[in-house]
Amino acid sequence: MTNAPQHFAPIQRLLHWLMAICIIAMLFIGVGMVSSVAQKYLPLILIHKTLGVALLVLVLVRLALRLHFGAPPLPADLPPAMKLGARLSHLLLYGFMIVMPLLGLGMLWAAAYPVVLYGGIRIPALLPQSDHAHTLFWNAHVYLGFAFFALVLLHLAAALFHALIRRDGVFATISPLPQRQRMKPTE
Amino acid sequence: MNQPGRVERSSLGWLVLIAAVVGGSAAAFAYTAGWLTPGRLTPDRMIAALTPPSGPPLGHRRNHAKGICFTGMFEANGSGVELSRAKVFVQGRYPALGRFNLGTADPNAVDATVRVRGMGLQISAADGEEWRMAMINPPFFAVSTPDAFHDLLVAAGKKDPEAMKTFISANPEFAAFAAWAKAAPWTGSYAEDSYNSLNSFVFTNAKGDEHAVRWSLVPTAAPTSIAQAELEKRGPNFLEQEITNRVRSAPQRWTMVTTVADPGDPTADPSKAWPENRRKVQVGTLVVQRIEPERDGPCRDINFDPTVLPQGVRVSDDPFPAARSSVYRKSYDLRAAEASDYPRTEVAKP
Repeated sequence: MTNAPQHFAPIQRLLHWLMAICIIAMLFIGVGMVSSVAQKYLPLILIHKTLGVALLVLVLVRLALRLHFGAPPLPADLPPAMKLGARLSHLLLYGFMIVMPLLGLGMLWAAAYPVVLYGGIRIPALLPQSDHAHTLFWNAHVYLGFAFFALVLLHLAAALFHALIRRDGVFATISPLPQRQRMKPTE
Repeated sequence: MNQPGRVERSSLGWLVLIAAVVGGSAAAFAYTAGWLTPGRLTPDRMIAALTPPSGPPLGHRRNHAKGICFTGMFEANGSGVELSRAKVFVQGRYPALGRFNLGTADPNAVDATVRVRGMGLQISAADGEEWRMAMINPPFFAVSTPDAFHDLLVAAGKKDPEAMKTFISANPEFAAFAAWAKAAPWTGSYAEDSYNSLNSFVFTNAKGDEHAVRWSLVPTAAPTSIAQAELEKRGPNFLEQEITNRVRSAPQRWTMVTTVADPGDPTADPSKAWPENRRKVQVGTLVVQRIEPERDGPCRDINFDPTVLPQGVRVSDDPFPAARSSVYRKSYDLRAAEASDYPRTEVAKP
């Protein structure tokens, strides 16, 4: 399937894989730190906050790139249900990437915690303390975090399905490797 | 080459691989979350151990549940600058907010029945940088590790008298605390107690020199020893009434005394006091100017998480601040969600 002419731009691919690694790390750190009372709790929460704010900046850059460059079309023979699923899941992934850091910041602000990142960078509070808002944001951050992880797994399964089973060139559009090295020698 | 869009028999192996990748990832996530290791000490388990048989104190802190708010100033004398570049050590006056409290999970405890008294404190620098601490009046902590503290809570909650004996034989450091609890004098006022960080922290000064320290807030009011039986006659809330009246008639003061460890002192174990001859530096004075009930007071919304530290102060190898931070956070999440069980009397916040 080397005849698909359109791919994501190199900067889009770079951001995709960089953010993929960071987001998976964030999900694991998040669920791990809140179940720990060990000393690693403090560095983990510092990484979680710092990386979360960095990812919020990165997703805005990525969104701008997506609007500028667009995305390659899906294969014409892909069943309509799968096309719809692909579009919806990507929309949801962007939604999670934008909403999760905002909920994280919001729940800290609403609990009157100072938000201090790695290197002592302080993020000013944009919300006053509020029990109600804290509870809402905290619950949303936790449960949407689980949903985000489930969606990441679905995305991963779909990517492998395209790459290994359908071999329809969809994976090549975002592949971190240059196009010609994508095929394994055994193939 | 496969035909696009056709799933062939040879794909079965790939499907199994995909299922394995997804399933393995989900299992790793579940393990990280602690769902596969129920023996792990989590904040939830610590809070379960703190919860009395009668149920959790809904809307209140899960420990040190009874308390009263104060506001005032921290007056830095400038001597702390030599040890730490924390802005609040530069000579000057900084707003302080805190909470006198009792070491109990019962927000309606009778004051004279609670051995451990505490102070939560937040000092804010001019630029808003915060330093939060939570101190108690014993001169050393009951146990050496957060796991041992959990075991203590579990053992103390059991009716079986053997449970405490088993705990003490496994955690002999507890004997010193038990002796303190039995013999230490009681005072009749929050204003006459010393409040100690117990945990060690690391101060870093402007030159980058580091010192392991602990600190205490030592009252300027002279402590008067009163028998516990005498205190029991004063009513269930005498500490709150006394401090309210006392501060109304005059501000109350504590000197913040920093103790600097010598190399080799046990910085990781708050149950081990450092030798008395260690260098002590008076860095300032806490002036408590106003007392307010917790229900509508300014301390209600604050989690006195001892890891909220300014630049120039960081945690040491003491395992407790991290554990306290994790458990206090959980306690805050719970009590914020339960705010309707402890309603404010003023106009509700949005």
